[in-house]
Amino acid sequence: MSQWKNLGLWLALAMVVLLGFWPIFSRDASGREAAFTILLAIVMASSLNIVMGYTGYVSFGHVVFYGLGGYVGMYALSALGWPLPLAVLAGGAGSATLAFLLGKAILRLRGSYFALATIGVNEAARTFVANFAPFGAATGIELQFSIYKPYGGAMQALWLTYYAVVAIAIFAVLFSFLIKNSKFGLGLMSIREDEDAAEVLGIVTPNAKTMAFVLSAILPGMIGTLFFFKNGNVEPGDAFRLGFSIESLVMIMLGGQGTVLGPVLGALGYQRLRTTLLTSDISIGSLPLKDFQLVISGVLMLLIILFIPGGLVGWLRQRFPSLRRVLA
Amino acid sequence: MDLGSLTTSLIDGLLIGVVYGIAAMGLNLIWGVMRVINLAHGAVIALGMFGVYLLFSVMGINPYLALGLVAILGLLLGIVIYYLTIGNMVNAPHLSTLLATFSINMVIIGLGTAAFSTSPRDSGFSLGTAELGFMKLQNTRLVAALITLLVTSALYFFLYRTRPGKYIRAVSNNRAAAELMGIPASRILALSFGIGTMLAAIAGGLIATFFSFTILSGEVYQQKSFVIGVLGGLGNPLGALLGGLILGALEGLLPLAMPNTWVPVIEFILFVIILLVKPSGLLGGKK
Repeated sequence: MSQWKNLGLWLALAMVVLLGFWPIFSRDASGREAAFTILLAIVMASSLNIVMGYTGYVSFGHVVFYGLGGYVGMYALSALGWPLPLAVLAGGAGSATLAFLLGKAILRLRGSYFALATIGVNEAARTFVANFAPFGAATGIELQFSIYKPYGGAMQALWLTYYAVVAIAIFAVLFSFLIKNSKFGLGLMSIREDEDAAEVLGIVTPNAKTMAFVLSAILPGMIGTLFFFKNGNVEPGDAFRLGFSIESLVMIMLGGQGTVLGPVLGALGYQRLRTTLLTSDISIGSLPLKDFQLVISGVLMLLIILFIPGGLVGWLRQRFPSLRRVLA
Repeated sequence: MDLGSLTTSLIDGLLIGVVYGIAAMGLNLIWGVMRVINLAHGAVIALGMFGVYLLFSVMGINPYLALGLVAILGLLLGIVIYYLTIGNMVNAPHLSTLLATFSINMVIIGLGTAAFSTSPRDSGFSLGTAELGFMKLQNTRLVAALITLLVTSALYFFLYRTRPGKYIRAVSNNRAAAELMGIPASRILALSFGIGTMLAAIAGGLIATFFSFTILSGEVYQQKSFVIGVLGGLGNPLGALLGGLILGALEGLLPLAMPNTWVPVIEFILFVIILLVKPSGLLGGKK
């Protein structure tokens, strides 16, 4: 099992475990919230990486899976009265179903056409849910406070969701590694390099692409349910925020697309930068630095694309050839 | 429902639709010449809005005069954006150009939000209304549609009758061959990108004369441009005008039949369906 001797995997796992377990041992509620946000970002980036990094399809609609999964889960919790674990699974299944249907349709498009279609899908989903009465239309779904009772009250429920998120984040890293090192993953990467050639070599590309899309959708759907359960309500604007898809793209670019470690590093780095900017007291002229968060992310992304398109991991691999074998 | 209000809604929609069309034309030109989807288009539309708004409301310049200034600034901005992003990555995968133009979008929107906040603005400009029989139309929309048609004709004259315009078409047809004929391809690409963003800025400026807007409004119109571009065929400037008319008619007529909030749902579903069924658009764009 030489494939398990992989520095990238173990580094990524170590980081997620350290980050995830820190607030559990210190029982620190504010640290838990900070870690929650980062873990959420790691799950989103790692799962998007399956489509974008491995398969080479840029999707601006990744947040649809998170939002729709969240809505399905919240609906199951509030209207059907399902327990949380079942609702989380329902969220994942809902996203996977949507990904399957969408994949069958829009994955026939290639390159920029696909990217455009995903923007359309995101908007269609958001505007549709904002009009869809069972999902509360524009006001969304709000949970009754009593829903937290079976989980030992709201405080305990927050910790419970956190444990689940840590578990999902660890799973997301393992999952992304397993896919990359499978025959299926090899197929995806050959699609990224040359789709026609991949087809000639016997990869059933429509099926492989749809499968990648479905696999990338499950975890965001589950984590969406958990996030909105923790929040107590879900609204169309929060659930289908195009900016969240874009942030996931930036994280992947930052860390290095198509690698297991990259999205984890990128998510950590991006969230760290974001918190620093949002909480800093420095100001440019009369404007506080936190107003420039978007500008700085934009400049950062442009610089990465222009000068280090491989991201941090790609740069390390290029710079130190000996790392190539161990850094996946 | 009487015929009068039906026709008024339709004409109103069509007038706004041609203005959307000109933004989409810019997007189409850029796609047609260099196979780049410009995700900074919406940000430039928003800048065009604020350009006209600031020149008119703060400095008191006539909005249509301001529009000329905004157009020139849009052209220059486009050339700058080109050299900052795509100019360095002409043969890069589409992923890079998408993300590069998107990062420009983030920078412009970020700066704009810091400078103007996201509160809604209204130019408060009005030319009264024209009464044509039973119809009442806002003059600002009539003028906007007229200017759009003028700009479109000028673009066609430029592309078909002038030397730089012919260069643009040559590069768009076959860049390698054009280069062999001594056409400075990279400068022509920069010019095309500049004209594309200029059209976006003009569209934004015109929209600002009859709608209120925020710095984030550009996003909405960018998405409309995508819908229109795909309707008419990406890479086909005239198709954009047709697409704009179709979208305008839909926006004028659909609210009569269903709640207003359903209109974008229909638009985007239509968008995805057209991408699936006929990605080359109704008039057939360039592959």
